[in-house]
Amino acid sequence: MTRRYSVIGGRAPRLDAPEKATGRAVYADDLRRPGMLHGALLQSPLAHAGIVRIDTSRAERLPGVKAVLTAADSPNVLFGVSPARYDETVFCRDKVRYVGDEIAAVAAVDIDTALEAVALIRVDYEPLEPVLDGTTAMEPGRPRIHEAYADNVCARVEQEFGDVEAARRKAHVVRTDRMSSEMRNAAFLEPQCALAEFGFDGRLTLWTSTQSPHYVARTVAMVLGMPEHKVRVVMPRVGGGFGPKAAASSMELATCLLARATGRPVKTVFTREQVFLHGRSRHEFHHTMTTGVDRDGKLLFLDHEVLLDGGAYASFGIATVYYAGSLLGGPYRLPNMRFRGVRVVTNKPACGAQRGHGGVTARALFELQLNLIARELGLDPFEIRLRNVMETGETTCNDLNMSSLGMRECLDVVRERLRRAAPGAGTGTSTSTSTSTSTCVRGWGVACGFFVSGAGYPIYRSRTHHCTVVIRVPESGGGIELQTGAAEIGQGCETAMATIAAETLGIPLDAVRVRSGDTDLALDLGAYSSRTTLMTGHAAREAAESVKRQILEVVAAAMKVAPEDLDILDGVVLVRGGAGSFDPIRAEYAQEHRGWPVQPSGPYLTFAEASRLAFLERGAIVGTGKYRPPPLGGRFKGAAVGTSPAYGCSAQAAEVIVDTETGQVRVERIVAAHDCGRAINMTQVEGQMHGCVSMGLGEALLEEVTFAPDGRIANANLADYRIPTALDMPQIDALVVESDEPNGPFGAKEVGEGGIMPTIPAILGAIHDATGLAVDELPASPERILEGLRRLRERESG
Amino acid sequence: MKRLMEVTVNDLRREVAVEPRRTLIEMLREDLDLTGTKHGCGQGDCGACLVLLDGMPVNSCLVLALEAAGREVTTIEGLADGTRLHPIQQAFVDAGAIQCGFCTPGMVLSAKALLDRNPSPTERDVRVAISGNLCRCTGYQKIVEATLTAAERMRGRASDRGGAP
Repeated sequence: MTRRYSVIGGRAPRLDAPEKATGRAVYADDLRRPGMLHGALLQSPLAHAGIVRIDTSRAERLPGVKAVLTAADSPNVLFGVSPARYDETVFCRDKVRYVGDEIAAVAAVDIDTALEAVALIRVDYEPLEPVLDGTTAMEPGRPRIHEAYADNVCARVEQEFGDVEAARRKAHVVRTDRMSSEMRNAAFLEPQCALAEFGFDGRLTLWTSTQSPHYVARTVAMVLGMPEHKVRVVMPRVGGGFGPKAAASSMELATCLLARATGRPVKTVFTREQVFLHGRSRHEFHHTMTTGVDRDGKLLFLDHEVLLDGGAYASFGIATVYYAGSLLGGPYRLPNMRFRGVRVVTNKPACGAQRGHGGVTARALFELQLNLIARELGLDPFEIRLRNVMETGETTCNDLNMSSLGMRECLDVVRERLRRAAPGAGTGTSTSTSTSTSTCVRGWGVACGFFVSGAGYPIYRSRTHHCTVVIRVPESGGGIELQTGAAEIGQGCETAMATIAAETLGIPLDAVRVRSGDTDLALDLGAYSSRTTLMTGHAAREAAESVKRQILEVVAAAMKVAPEDLDILDGVVLVRGGAGSFDPIRAEYAQEHRGWPVQPSGPYLTFAEASRLAFLERGAIVGTGKYRPPPLGGRFKGAAVGTSPAYGCSAQAAEVIVDTETGQVRVERIVAAHDCGRAINMTQVEGQMHGCVSMGLGEALLEEVTFAPDGRIANANLADYRIPTALDMPQIDALVVESDEPNGPFGAKEVGEGGIMPTIPAILGAIHDATGLAVDELPASPERILEGLRRLRERESG
Repeated sequence: MKRLMEVTVNDLRREVAVEPRRTLIEMLREDLDLTGTKHGCGQGDCGACLVLLDGMPVNSCLVLALEAAGREVTTIEGLADGTRLHPIQQAFVDAGAIQCGFCTPGMVLSAKALLDRNPSPTERDVRVAISGNLCRCTGYQKIVEATLTAAERMRGRASDRGGAP
């Protein structure tokens, strides 16, 4: 099949790859400003305590200290993510709520002095009983963590679509299963860092390792009491985000306050331990699901309850609890669904958004339960899925419209690859084949999932456009500069936007320069909810179309043809597919470049000549684009969470070997298929799929934030919090399934998060296939596997 | 009190005055402005700060600057020739082995240390060699592919020059 596009769908290297390969890329901590001070934070050593007194006098007297700030001399403004749940202040005022809660900040001439000063601040605490167990946080008599949250309940959701009770009466098989997962850490490689500086015009520039310059700028303006246009947020290169960097933090705000107090630039950088203390990663989940199917294995209903332990503050948590329910609406036909979710607060680091926001443990349990139901019905795990998958155009019971959905195709290509790779695998009956030692058993599992291509609504209520893009054609002609507020956190959005603009304009990729991640350039809500390719992509396309139209209008007038007769392809202007007559344009260009050894040549008018002419006739050529999703979804409470212009979907199969003597699980292979709509860059789509699988594998088997009895994190480092290494990762067969999404630019939709959805349940399905053990606690560490196998043997013998 | 030391960094002899407790990463980033070396954990767990010390890979956060006195340090800045990338860097660019890029300097140097002593590694050799370098973005697959591609290209060049195959 020949490709319809010249740039889209190719494998061009990322625009930012050479600078990253050579160490030239500049991240926040690589920045230095003249006269820069270093910031450091005093964070609570206690999980829950009243603040009786803070004495900063010794810190202030230390030579080299330029400012010491506490709640007493900082704005008393609540902030957070969702305006309905603003519950944080920059510094704790009367109590601390987790080990790591920010109490004070110091700016000093160097980091050693700043840290010494922090150690000199004396805080008298009145210890309070900490609430560390989310499952009992609501019980009567438990200490209240926030005045605003009675019974420590931060958010409660109750939804019902269809009639679950009526469906239950018709069901042939009904199962109830449970699953819990521990708190995770996103473990991006770059610790958060912020550098703030006030200009003489009173304008603040904050360079910060964020995923959302826009939300950070709004929060800074709100908390510091500044007009929004006086705040500029710039993201340098950012070393991964995966969710937690989407929320403005106390560290960023404290750094701005220190810069204001001292009148000098201030830089603060987290240690790895502080990354863990700050958290804002995946919640702890406790799910219970009752699912019913008919005789043929068709889904009739899902009755779903979940409790989220959200840690000390709300952060993204309201969205998280809604997503935990709404992301089970598809990709199967599920006519009736009831969801009851509650998010409690505890005295642990706040949890927020992380890749696959809210949905991964829910998906893990639901998919594993489908396997258990399939087994009861004697169906193969592929078969029960194929009997239930939705098709393009269908709408879920919670009003999510699948405007394109290659779910069946994903399952088909995974099954096909599996047949070739391991004949007989994935049939639903245990394929335990003894390996070298008799204690090792092998199994296969399969699972599906889907995810939004951008949230339908911003986190604050507004009619705002979700993004704007500005394309400027330099006066000299030739290439273009694309300006976007989109956040390049490693996912490749700069290259994706350049590709979309190049394709639209008909010019080569290397003619496009991108500037991104700066609130001065354009508005963009940021890198979360897998929104950038679809949403900013629309804006980039619109801006490029505008530029193209302006240039071709000028050329058409000069060539005395109609603009509709002109097109640009591969960097040259075509007149009804031919060259047309452009001698005067070329002559003028040559005259302007007399003596230049390199001149436009060839039978066609070049983009350089055409765009130069456009400037000569019209002055600056600037095109703008914008995107705001149309009104989406239902009108019920919470309908906003889960609605999206489009949904990506995935199927994955995992092969594992379980050592029943050690409990060790080794993933041997992952076959992954993802429907990303039209792939903008094939290599980057595969890269996102690989990354999703990697994080999913870690969460399935390795990763958990553990706590000491006093609420301190017991493993706040990358040796004890184990993310997958190169030796943990298996071969991944990434199979890209392309659909043509009508609501996406050039048919594109998400790949950044949907690909994590099936990973955990595919691995759990494989463990079940190998051993008969249905894992109900994540991660499936060797200890949990051994304990599960022991209980399984007990049940079987008893 | 600071002590004066001599060290060769990326083939250039440097004189640096450092506190005895200064780490090699601090000296590289703060005294020599070689910010390509990344600070990811400060505890030797992540490999983002990996550099070559006399050709051997070390986590520069776990090495005192003074330990490098009189020795040769190679950082990521020492690999490319101007804008011409080292074959390993080029392979990383071509294969899509770079996403956020924060692990890339350490990863590329780990790969270099491997290929310098073993020009024909297996996939397993590569995975073992980079197992001390954490990457959260790529799942390592394209990094492994890039390293194998680089090895192949470098062998090709060596034989073009009539060197050992």
